[in-house]
Amino acid sequence: MQINTLRIFLLALLCSVSFDAFASNEEDSSGEKFDPKAMIMHHVKDAHGFHLWDWNGHPVSISLPIILWTDNGLTTFMSSEFHHDFEGKHIVEKDGQKFVNYHEKIYQLKEGETTIAFDEEHHPINATQPLNFSITKNVFMMWVSVVVLLLIFVSTSRRYKKSENYVPKGIAKFTEPLIVFVRDEIAKPMIGEKKYKRFMPFLLTVFFFIWINNIFGLIPIINGANVSGNIAFTLTLAVFTFLITLFSGNKNYWKHIFWMPGVAVPMKIFLMPIEIVGMFVKPISLMIRLFANITAGHIIILSLMSLIFIFESIAVAPVSVGFSLFISIIEIVVTAIQAYIFTVLSALYFGMATEEDHH
Amino acid sequence: MTITGIAALGAGMAVIGAGIGIGRIGESAMDAMARQPEIQGKIQTSALILAAFVEAVALFGVVASLIV
Repeated sequence: MQINTLRIFLLALLCSVSFDAFASNEEDSSGEKFDPKAMIMHHVKDAHGFHLWDWNGHPVSISLPIILWTDNGLTTFMSSEFHHDFEGKHIVEKDGQKFVNYHEKIYQLKEGETTIAFDEEHHPINATQPLNFSITKNVFMMWVSVVVLLLIFVSTSRRYKKSENYVPKGIAKFTEPLIVFVRDEIAKPMIGEKKYKRFMPFLLTVFFFIWINNIFGLIPIINGANVSGNIAFTLTLAVFTFLITLFSGNKNYWKHIFWMPGVAVPMKIFLMPIEIVGMFVKPISLMIRLFANITAGHIIILSLMSLIFIFESIAVAPVSVGFSLFISIIEIVVTAIQAYIFTVLSALYFGMATEEDHH
Repeated sequence: MTITGIAALGAGMAVIGAGIGIGRIGESAMDAMARQPEIQGKIQTSALILAAFVEAVALFGVVASLIV
């Protein structure tokens, strides 16, 4: 029953985004030089819609809803109303408010303005940025991965409820080894036999959520929604790890930070700032590691593909396709390794926070 | 040299450092595994974690040069 509800939810989600093709107003000037940096940055960043492919010079894309909070309250419209313009030229008018999309950032133009202008520090002169709660590409893909994870794990738990003696069947045959791996190879050695159970839900969630988002990032047809290569996403996960470490920290942990036992008093004073900085550096390094690894992977693949257009020769194509295939295979391994590393390090920090005094 | 050129050079230097570091970790991990094959799994785990630490430093450099 629950599975059916989820299926319907997924279908509704897919139907709520409209599928459309538009003639772009500007002609593609073929004499223009190919700019790999702009292309790569456009693909790595978040966007208000999935740009699928170009058909006879017309971009085909799936548009997503744009939800803005302006001075006049809530404003919503579909991203297709921008007609694939992200240079800030096409103006969408809603209730007398004018919006432009400049490099996937939505700006609200002030009264009587027709084009967006920037000063030397690249701050807009005649426009403001409204609060943007849009369902962007990354948000949408995150929802899809949540739904996929729910489908997998809800049906796994149903398998166990039905089975007689907890013998894994069906999809449980696939998920049980992974869950046992997280328990026996990550949680138990890092946190300890006694206390690991408290942290298992978080560790399992983080492991599978990062892994599935990394895998979705590699699918080219949905334009490689770069969810786990988004610094806000990794920041959120790292903040969770940080907060859990802080709140589960025992007396021994705080003593090691503020008044290191077993060393001379000058050394204690010297170590205190280092330990306090270390407390913050740990989650920051978690954040940057995942973000940089995944983004770097995307940039490498796109750079190899750009080589064809930089050299403007078909002879380069086999080389760059071959290399990007090779990098893609490495990236498949990296998806799992990064999920593993994030989980192991989180578990390590929890283990440090809950360690008992053995002096 | 332009500022982008310097940034690219910085990224390259960060990669050299990480390469040496991860190479050293791999070398000693292989040595240890050859000496004591029975704790291969444990050595592999800690080698991977240490490689992640070294790699993080290189990635800090790469991110810094991306921002520039």
